[in-house]
Amino acid sequence: MPTVVIGSARDIVEHCGVPRFLYSDFPLGNPCGHPWNAAMQSETVRLGLGLLETATAPRTTVRSPFEWRDDPSWRDRYNRIDPADREKLLAIGDARRAKRGQAPRQS
Amino acid sequence: MNDDGSQDIPYMQRTRAYYRALGYDNDYVWAHFADVPFTRPTKSLGQMRIALVTTAGPPDRSNRNEKGRKRVWSGEVDAPPATFDTDLAWDKESTHTDDRETFLPIGAMGRLVGEGVVGSLAPHFIGAPTDYSHAKTLSADAPEILRRVQADGADAALLTAL
Repeated sequence: MPTVVIGSARDIVEHCGVPRFLYSDFPLGNPCGHPWNAAMQSETVRLGLGLLETATAPRTTVRSPFEWRDDPSWRDRYNRIDPADREKLLAIGDARRAKRGQAPRQS
Repeated sequence: MNDDGSQDIPYMQRTRAYYRALGYDNDYVWAHFADVPFTRPTKSLGQMRIALVTTAGPPDRSNRNEKGRKRVWSGEVDAPPATFDTDLAWDKESTHTDDRETFLPIGAMGRLVGEGVVGSLAPHFIGAPTDYSHAKTLSADAPEILRRVQADGADAALLTAL
């Protein structure tokens, strides 16, 4: 079955290895285009499906021409770790382990 | 800026650091395949039926069992849910998932079919589980997704990952 992936976590998709990948350099969550921008979404899907006809080998990656915003500050945001949040993050982890029935933290 | 000059976000590195900060001792192990399959289509895009596969879930979370483990689910492209379960790891500070078309482009596909770019859209979209088990993905989920895609007569699948 021929497949195409449209996604935004380039390093993870390429580490896994897929036949065809259209890379949207956006925050995780909106791989097919900006919210409410139907024209961009159509063009993104068109570019992705175009790889079905143009890719000749697995691990083909093409970067979408669309950008997220002029302000690049979103790049630093996802999973950022502020040293001042150390205890808060550990508490989040403790709650997560308890919810999932995992062993408590050792240290 | 990364060492290679790109600005692509190092998600694996950040995720490892984040889970260490949450107090986990072991790093997450992402799937990795040395050999990647590659199947060429036998038709032009204008003649192909395309199936959509997303990682979003149904709003009632009926794709989860009592332990929260997910299974493959489907919906009709002509009558998708008004909302989706998008409780996954995405950038909740920078954007939102209020517009379904950003992760399940049913409308965009309809426009491309109307323009003749794509032959047709498969009648069902499919929701892929996002559990942590590689074995479950390979032995149960992926074969079930393939079965559903083929049952709809699709020639290819478009996977859009939140």
